[in-house]
Parts: sequence; C-alpha cells; structure tokens
Amino acid sequence: MSSPCRDPERSVAETHLLPIAVVTFLALSANDAMAQQGAAPDADSGPDSVSVTGLFPNGGAPPAQDPVGARFEESKLAIADGKQLFNQMNCTGCHFNGGGGMGPALMSGHWRYGGQMDQIYASIAQGRPNGMPSWQFVLQPQQIWELAAYVKSLSMTAPISASETAAPGASVKP
Amino acid sequence: MMPFPALQSLRRHRRQDPTDSIRSSRWRRVLLAAASLLLYPALAGAQTPTVPASAAPFDDGQWTMPAKNYAATRYSALDEINGANVSNLQVAFAFSTGVDHGQEAAPIVANNTMFIVTPYPNIVFALDLTKPGAPIKWSYQPHPAAAAQGVACCDVVNRGASYSDGKIFFNTLDDNTIALDAETGKVLWKTNLGDINTGETITMAPLVVKGKVLVGDSGGELGVRGWLTALDIATGKILWRAFATGPDKDVLIGPGFRSFYPSDNGADLGVTTWPTDAWQTGGGTMWGWIAYDPDLNLIYYGTGNPGPWNQEQRPGDNKWTTTLFARDPDTGAAKWALQYNPHDEHDYDGINEQILVDMNVDGKPRKVLLHPDRNGHLYVVDRESGEIVSANPYGYVNSVLRVDLNTGRPVMNPDKLTRVGVVVHDICPTASGLKDWNPSAFSPLTGLMYIPHENLCMDWKSRSVSYIAGTPFVGAEVVSKPGPGGNRGEFTAWDPVAGKAVWTIKEDLPLWSGAMATAGGLVFYGTMDGWFKAVDAKTGDLKWQFQTGSGIIGQPVAYRGPDGHEYIAILSGVGGWAGAIVSGDLDPRDPTGALGMIGVMADLKTKTAPGGTLYVFTLPRS
Repeated sequence: MSSPCRDPERSVAETHLLPIAVVTFLALSANDAMAQQGAAPDADSGPDSVSVTGLFPNGGAPPAQDPVGARFEESKLAIADGKQLFNQMNCTGCHFNGGGGMGPALMSGHWRYGGQMDQIYASIAQGRPNGMPSWQFVLQPQQIWELAAYVKSLSMTAPISASETAAPGASVKP
Repeated sequence: MMPFPALQSLRRHRRQDPTDSIRSSRWRRVLLAAASLLLYPALAGAQTPTVPASAAPFDDGQWTMPAKNYAATRYSALDEINGANVSNLQVAFAFSTGVDHGQEAAPIVANNTMFIVTPYPNIVFALDLTKPGAPIKWSYQPHPAAAAQGVACCDVVNRGASYSDGKIFFNTLDDNTIALDAETGKVLWKTNLGDINTGETITMAPLVVKGKVLVGDSGGELGVRGWLTALDIATGKILWRAFATGPDKDVLIGPGFRSFYPSDNGADLGVTTWPTDAWQTGGGTMWGWIAYDPDLNLIYYGTGNPGPWNQEQRPGDNKWTTTLFARDPDTGAAKWALQYNPHDEHDYDGINEQILVDMNVDGKPRKVLLHPDRNGHLYVVDRESGEIVSANPYGYVNSVLRVDLNTGRPVMNPDKLTRVGVVVHDICPTASGLKDWNPSAFSPLTGLMYIPHENLCMDWKSRSVSYIAGTPFVGAEVVSKPGPGGNRGEFTAWDPVAGKAVWTIKEDLPLWSGAMATAGGLVFYGTMDGWFKAVDAKTGDLKWQFQTGSGIIGQPVAYRGPDGHEYIAILSGVGGWAGAIVSGDLDPRDPTGALGMIGVMADLKTKTAPGGTLYVFTLPRS
C-alpha cells in the first residue's frame, strides 16, 4: 500500500502552499545528515501499518515499530527542530506547550492514538477524526518525524497528579 | 438549605437566614407583589430605568429565546418563587444530556415543551412538560462533522436554540443553521453558512427578528472573517450577510450610515484600517448576543477580536472588530457603529450582551443599551445615535485608564500594551475580559443589572505567527492569574443610572454562567464548581443553593408549567474556555494551555468533573 507521505518529491512540491517565510525557515531547519539517510517511513513497518488499537483478534500481534522513528526519538537536534516546526505550523495554537487547549494535552502521558514514534507520526501525517488536521501534504516525512520527536519529548516528564499542581497562581496586587 | 461556601463573602453583609418556612399561598403572593410594587419605585424614585414594552412584552410564562425577550433582560415576571419560600425549592425533574462538554445553552420553553441543545454533537431534545418527569417528546441528531471540534477555540459549546412560529432554530458546530418543526422534530430546512477548513464554526444562539433568523460565526482565534447573516425562517434562504471587515459594500455600510464619533466614519474603513489584505483574515466574528428595538427597528450586536492577537502584525484601528453595530434587520444596512477597542491588543471581543432600557440621563429621557464590555467598562450607549452616555469600570481594570467620551475611544495604559518578545505582566482584565460571553440580567423591579463576571489578570508575550488556513492564528503566549483579592469571580449588582456597583459577591472561581432575575425578588446564577444559587435581588444575600454535580456555565430560565406553577431551569456541565481544563482533560502543568486559561484554572479538576445534566426546580406542592 502506498501513501502520499512516502513520496518526498510530492511532499516538497506541496510546500508551496505555505508562506514563503515559513518555507525558507523549513529549508534552513532541515537536517542534511538525516535527510541523506532517508526519513521516509519503512514500507514494511511504517506508519501505514501502525495500529491505534490494542486489540488483535485470533492471537494477532501489533506490527513492529518503524525503525526510522528510533533515529529521531530522543535526538536533541530533531527535538529542537521539531519544536520550531511546532510553533511555525501553529501546532502551539491548539496544543500550547503540551497542556492542550483546542487540541488534547501532549504532556500527560495519555495517548488517544498511541505514543510510539510511528504512531505519533501517523497521527500527524494522516490527521485524526476529532479535529487533528492531516499534514502529509504540507510537510516532508523528515519534518513529521521531527515533530513526532518533539511531541514525544513533551510526555517524558514523569506524570504527576493534578492536585499537586492545583495552584491558580498568585493574585495580582492592585 | 445548604451551607454557605467557605469562600463566598458579601461586601455589604446583611445575611439573613431564610427561616420563614410559611408555605406560599395565593394571598401571600399577591401581598408580596403589592408590597414590592409599593416599595421598589419608592426606593428608586423616577430614576429607575424601564424596559421598552415593544422589546419586552407581557410575560406569558414561556421562555422562547435565550435572553427572554428582545430587550435581553433575562427577567421573568413570575413571582411564585420568592425570598420567603425559595429555601424550599426542590428538584422537579432532571435530565442527562449525555454529552460531557460545557453546557452553555439556555433551556427554551414553548407550548409546554422544553428544548435543549447540547454542545457538539449538538443534539436537540424536546421534553414534554405535560407528563410526569418530562419525558423525551422527540430528539434530533444533526451529526455535525467531527473534525469541527478541532477548530473550535474554547470547548465545543452551543449557546442554545430559539423558538418562533412553531419552529426551533439552532446552529451546529460545523456551520449549519437548522429549522425543526417544534412539534415533531422534523427537519424543515438546513442551510450551510461556512467551511470548517477556514477555521469557521458556529456556537451562538440564533435570534429570530421579523421573519429572519440571525446567525453569526465563531473563529476569531483562527483568522476567520466575521459576519452576521439573516436567513428566511420559512425557507432558510440567505437574505443578507454583513461582514465585519472589508469594503463598505461587504459590511453593508451605505448612505444611511452615520456614527456618532469621527473615527467611526469614513469610506471603506474595514479595508483602510488594516495592512494590505489583512482584513481578510482579521476576525471580528459574531458569537454572542443580539438585541432588537422594534420601535427604532434596529438590531444591536458586537463583533469579536481582531486576528491575530499579536497586534504588531496589524497596525491600524482594525475596523470593524470589537465594534457595536446598529443595523436595520430588513436589509442588514448599518445605521451606525461604535468601535469599543480600536486596534485591540488584549483579545477584548465586543460580543457581550446589550440590555435595552429607557432611563433619565441628566434629567432627560434616553433610549440606551447597557453593555458590560470585555475591557471592563459598563457602556451606556444611546440606541438612536450611538453616543456613549457613560462607561465606568465594573471591576478591577488597569489596561484601560478610562473611556474618552469625546472620542468614544478607550485611553490605554501604555504600561499594559503588548509587543513581540516582551512579557508584559499583570494586565487586568485578562484575555477573556472582566466578563466573557455569559449574559447579565436586568430587573425592572430593582432597576439593577446583575453581572456575572471574572476577576482575572494576565501576563502576555506576543510572537510572530503565519496564517495557515484552518489553524490557530494567535501569535501570543498568555498566562492568566487571579485579580486583586484572589477571588477569581464576582457577581455584581450594578446601578446603571448612578454608574456604580450596589453590591458585589466574591466567588472563588470565575463566573461563566449567565444570570436571571425574577419578580420574586431573586437573582439566579451558577458557579464553576456546581452550585446553583438564588440571591436577594436587593441585597445579594444568599437565599438558596443546590449542588448540581458539575460546574455550571449555562443560562438560568424561569417558566410557568402546565400546572400553573413557576419552575426554574438550568443546565449543569462544566466546560467552555474557563472550564476546558476539565471538559478537555487538559494538563494543569502548562499554564499557557487553553490560551493561558490553565494558568488560573489549574485547580479546577480538583473541584469538579464533567457531565451534562438539566435541572428543573419548583416549590413543593401543598
């Protein structure tokens, strides 16, 4: 099964939709080394075979994780580039700095559609039915991996209970 | 009677235990009504504002539009439930909406049927009030596009339906207006008004005026271009659309347009007060309230914030965002405009309610409207000319020094203006304003306006943002915090003639529910931790409260049931912008989340949980 997000040329062609300033920024932010290694998801285990369910009938098992994701996960460079993309693509407008708003929280450790790198990649590329847009025609695979790396990093702080942070902030002095 | 909450206090503390448990009887009610007739005008003298009769006709005991009447008083003339017996109030029936998002809708009552609209997926329930327990008469599921949830800025709310001519009119989050047969729930027509891929949604309650359904759009945080549209109630055909930005022909500004203040007059200001083409993504959406004066044949409504929030990307006045419009409902033609917050820098939308009253100003009778703006000032505006009669702060404000009555413009505090890369601290009020969408009430008995509002401030840092259609177009990082005193909410009784507060109830949490006043001398509102309260309209003394199980951000209503008795209804169910941390299960560790609201609502998950339930109260029958 093929997918538009596999085709780097098409992805690049579609970036003309973005404001020129953003395109310039994206070009600068690309990591040449990683691009040369090939960021497109692996065909046999890539995001298109990602499952977002935990049920596999008749003894089935989840597909193997896409090995490409491991190259980006916990890469400081990928996370930094992903963070910049997160701002440039207005992801912050919905998810803010991980707490969420229009979109769900990304730092809570709870994942509606899976928290593996390839699952996060798939959610960004394909979009999700309750309001997540599809970015596969706007971003290159490498950029989506970088975003996934940043999103994944948001959840790496140990979850704490809501009551521990239940302070509404100091009040303003008149 | 339930105990008083620990954090509630009264500035003018004349608490009175409602121990009088004498059952209400007819003669007693008559006596009370007569006493109040004698008492209230005597107290207020000739200065008491009156409500124009054409906009608020004789109360038939129904509640057919969210604001009760065209004057938007949210005042019920029913007086069976009053200060002497309200402590006996009990649940008549309850109903689960089955939807866990913020319930902002007003229950609508017509022909012994109650109609409620849920948040997304916008299910309409008709409940048969003639039968025990008010069972479902019919329900209707519009199945809006699920993706619409991703472009709704502040929870997936709906502010309710309107009833007229045997039809129920309501809007869906994915930009449709639908007319249903009120008796059967059958779809009469459905008209698409927008595209979610531009970031456009609809959350407001429509208003029916002269055979037209008036509908506006949401999406001021997504670079949506705002409008108000009129649809034919019989066919759903679009009759006119008035944009808030762009050339005069789009804004429906023509030869008959004359604003009171010079800066609100000029050709194509909706284009020339913006950088090139920025008006096309400039906001000015209309997701709030419309009032109508049948005598002047004018509708009144305000427009939302300009986009993006980062003001440096849009030098100019940014007309006609945050603007009060007076329009002819027949044609949509604008008669005058008043821009509350030219070049808004703080997200101070102008969509809050307008209450129509006639009152003496300096000994002269004036037709005015009362508008508590997000910028913290209570505007008294002449309905004929658009002149600001007065504009006084109704809570703590430091971003606006005063409103200049010669120019109509606010005088901004230079220390609280926003800029790119700089954190400006302690701007009061916060982005959601001293008051957000939740509507006030006005009682002709007391002459007072009852304002449920917030006491929040914020830190703000602007940053540059690119427009990508269908994504947020904000460009600001905000962290909200409690205002002076630490109480995040206030319920203020306001004297519009004197231009000052008479009493204020401090609430721990921001108030996100509407208010309602009754001829029983009571005012009702709810809190975000689930308390539904009745207070004395004259003193603010708490007379009764009931814990509904989830935070209240809805609109209370009163109606006469088929049995001839008075009922009070409210939807419970936390959410909305201020409650999104609960309804959206957001993470309290990110104070910038939900456009900065998490910063001040981090504790809400410890105080309430989601869940939508209608509660209807009445007195026990003897």
